[in-house]
Amino acid sequence: MAVETPLKGVIGDSIRRKEDDRFIRGRGNYVDDISLPGMLHMAILRSPYAHARIRSIKVDAAQALPGVVAVVTGELLTQHKLAWMPTLSGDTQAVLATDKVRFQGQEVACVIATEAAIARDALPLIEVDYDVLPAVVDPWKSLDPGAPLIRDEKEGQTSNHIYHWEAGDKAKTDEAFAKADRVVSLESFYPRCHPSPLETCGIVADINSATGQANLYMTSQAPHAHRTLFAIVAGLPEEKIRIISPDIGGGFGNKVPIYPGYVVATAASLLIGKPVKWVEDRSDNLISTGFARDFHMRGEMALSDSGQMLGLRVKLLSDNGAFFADAQPSKFKAGLFHIVTGSYDIPTAFVEADGAYTNKAPGGVAYRCSFRVTEASYLIERLVENAAVEMKMDPADIRLKNFIKPEQFPYKSATGFEYDSGDYPRAMQLALDKLGYKELRKEQAEKRKKGELMGIGVASFTEVVGAGPGKHYDIVGLRMFDSAELRVHPTGKAILKLGVKSQGQGHETTFAQIVANELGIPAADVEVQEGDTDNTPYGLGTYASRSTPVGGAATAVVSRKLRDKAKIIAAHLLEASEGDIEFDQGKFFVRGAPSKAKTIQEIAFAAYTNLPDGLEAGLEGVTYYDPPNMTFPFGTYMVVVDIDRGTGQVKVRRMVAVDDCGVRINPMVVEGQIHGGLTEGFGIAFMELITFDEEGNCIGSNFTDYLLPTAWETPKFETFETVTPSPHHPIGAKGVGESATVGSPAAYVNAVIDAVAHLGITNIDMPVTSDKVWAALNEKGAAE
Amino acid sequence: MGQPITVTVNGEQRSAEVEPRLLLVHFLRETLRLTGTHIGCDTTHCGACTVLLDGTPVKSCTMFAVQADGQQVTTVEALAAGGTLHPIQAAFKQEHGLQCGFCTPGMMLTSVALLEEKKDPTDEDIRWALSGNICRCTGYMNIVKAVKSAAATMNAQAAVPAAAAAVRS
Repeated sequence: MAVETPLKGVIGDSIRRKEDDRFIRGRGNYVDDISLPGMLHMAILRSPYAHARIRSIKVDAAQALPGVVAVVTGELLTQHKLAWMPTLSGDTQAVLATDKVRFQGQEVACVIATEAAIARDALPLIEVDYDVLPAVVDPWKSLDPGAPLIRDEKEGQTSNHIYHWEAGDKAKTDEAFAKADRVVSLESFYPRCHPSPLETCGIVADINSATGQANLYMTSQAPHAHRTLFAIVAGLPEEKIRIISPDIGGGFGNKVPIYPGYVVATAASLLIGKPVKWVEDRSDNLISTGFARDFHMRGEMALSDSGQMLGLRVKLLSDNGAFFADAQPSKFKAGLFHIVTGSYDIPTAFVEADGAYTNKAPGGVAYRCSFRVTEASYLIERLVENAAVEMKMDPADIRLKNFIKPEQFPYKSATGFEYDSGDYPRAMQLALDKLGYKELRKEQAEKRKKGELMGIGVASFTEVVGAGPGKHYDIVGLRMFDSAELRVHPTGKAILKLGVKSQGQGHETTFAQIVANELGIPAADVEVQEGDTDNTPYGLGTYASRSTPVGGAATAVVSRKLRDKAKIIAAHLLEASEGDIEFDQGKFFVRGAPSKAKTIQEIAFAAYTNLPDGLEAGLEGVTYYDPPNMTFPFGTYMVVVDIDRGTGQVKVRRMVAVDDCGVRINPMVVEGQIHGGLTEGFGIAFMELITFDEEGNCIGSNFTDYLLPTAWETPKFETFETVTPSPHHPIGAKGVGESATVGSPAAYVNAVIDAVAHLGITNIDMPVTSDKVWAALNEKGAAE
Repeated sequence: MGQPITVTVNGEQRSAEVEPRLLLVHFLRETLRLTGTHIGCDTTHCGACTVLLDGTPVKSCTMFAVQADGQQVTTVEALAAGGTLHPIQAAFKQEHGLQCGFCTPGMMLTSVALLEEKKDPTDEDIRWALSGNICRCTGYMNIVKAVKSAAATMNAQAAVPAAAAAVRS
């Protein structure tokens, strides 16, 4: 089976990215780069109030401004039955406000004009008469019986309560707590933050009034699902809708929902008969589109005196804003939060979640996370840290003692997940070694004697990513499979078309590598296409780390289908029996005779020119892959911090990350994903915050207030890997795009707590800013 | 209401009548259709719109086009002179210094200006110079690597003619 030159660009090779050639030349094609003849521009008037009744809207002055083509209000949309739209969570959301505004920044009216600047000029000319109502900002107070009713338009809605949801076994868990030696508890708030991709959301809607063809160029992480939703929301015939998601400047979950701006621009193009462009400015993006987190959590852990975990009880309240617009599988109201038992063999657990409406922006998306896994991972890892503090155990030791053991996989968790594979002690040990843990503990002890604050944070996360299986997981009823179509041309070059959609993850390279691995066509010869619904098979899109687990699996499976057909053709060409044909790195040969091989290129040519009788021509196929299970990436992160007692400033000295995402297709790309996630995790832990004042004014509406990590303060990362393949994935891969955002916030915060726990400080909610740290130190008389 | 301006963009004189309020970034993107320069925040924080004005990095969302009248503007489209990648472009690809590509043009232009000033920048020099350019994807690790790698390439390229000159003398 010797093949002299190993095929380059297969699984495991860090080949350079194909997509980079256009990006480094400024030749990417993002939505805002698209300009069509006769294109009009749209701007949105937003509510200045968090809660107010609309008495009237006067548009005459705006309408009269030269260059203004139309002013769209909720009243106009009502005539077209478009004033409200369904959300991804089965609720409704106002497209343009008709009765009330329910959050600051809510869409009230849209101006369509010949120029973007004119559309903006017209906004202040719209006169809206508001009757300001009390704003409900605190989700706990929102559930008080006397709280103002936010969703008074909803029939049967008598309070601001949205849902109650449970997982696990209450009775068994209560029993475990009753018998436990120790109970450790933690109240924790995971604050509202925002994915803030560098490119904001936008659309160019181009509807041909003669043919009804609707070409929608959109910042969409899920173009096929969006096409179906557009068909349902706008009543457009689905075969006439073509969603084109061109290059996307980062998504991180922000580009999963459908926003009012998309809907109005599309309606406007339909009504006016010209293309309409709408691109958010940064404030539009921060104040109105999919935020993340905003979970108030109480966790309790039952333990034995020896530090054995016996049970876990979690109660959480989700602040969903004015419309329940979370992007998550429909059966799971709190997403996949019930992965909260994490990496530990906890015999019983019970989770209950409630959701509340508040006068805040809607759209809980999973900012670089698989449906609330981040909140779960944060809670359990913070709780374990506090358990270690209370039990006077080393935070690494308590984890090692309670990890699910390698031999326990596949492991059924107390809340119902079946973990596919894992070796948690190995990842932990590697992190301990790479960090030099013992030496650092000695240094810490020395420093503590001198009154210096140094902390070592540990977090051992387990994620659940790669939804479906479709029978359990769906988005508004659409089962979460994904697809790949592979066409091999006569010259042996191929096009791979996918239902997922890259936003920077490098699909054009890594998915070509899967084809190279499975079929032997060099990655350079495989063109990967995504994002155009007319031109790719149906899929649910890219979010929740599902592209490699689902779309990647589909790619492997369709490649294997073609390989099977290639074997038939090879047998024909080699005048042998199909059963005797072997495949290795793009060559097909009779077992034992590798020197007389036919290459995949020769076979591709034969597929169109020289076929055995009865075999269909061509070498093409399509697969819709419904995964049998999720994948469960894991890892251990360790952070070293030094804290200035005079200022409360936390300096991250080291960050060691060991990730196990199964087989790595392109290690360079995987490492890049981890770097990015560790940075967003750092931002969330220390800087990023969207909050509100008592009147519901959004604080965090631009990058002056919503702080993102720059190169200056971002730590230098030390990344390492272990490889525990997924047993059910065709190439053993798991998702990795979000591991670092999921796992790292707890590591950063645990490092801070580790530095100050001896002073009696056991929690500081994120973002852990200098002023909060200093105040906590000061309260204990430990500030300088 | 239009004000005539002439700006040398990527070596070519471009004249237009523009509204005084037109931002430089809109002049580049809309008037000249040079869409490699991106808009990320509107408030001078993110640096996606960074271009070189007479060789100095500026955020083109915070300058009016009329302020660039009579000056030289360099955008990402000019980096690959004669079709050959600038060392910074090659290094960004080689070191995986980009993912979604949205911040990349601004990052590269700021880096080019840094390398004009400092031939051998340290990690800290690079991180400080790039602290006005935000990247949401890469965590900066590979961007720093790319700038160092580009510096090495540029120094090597500069050394070749210098060595040749030394031989001649």
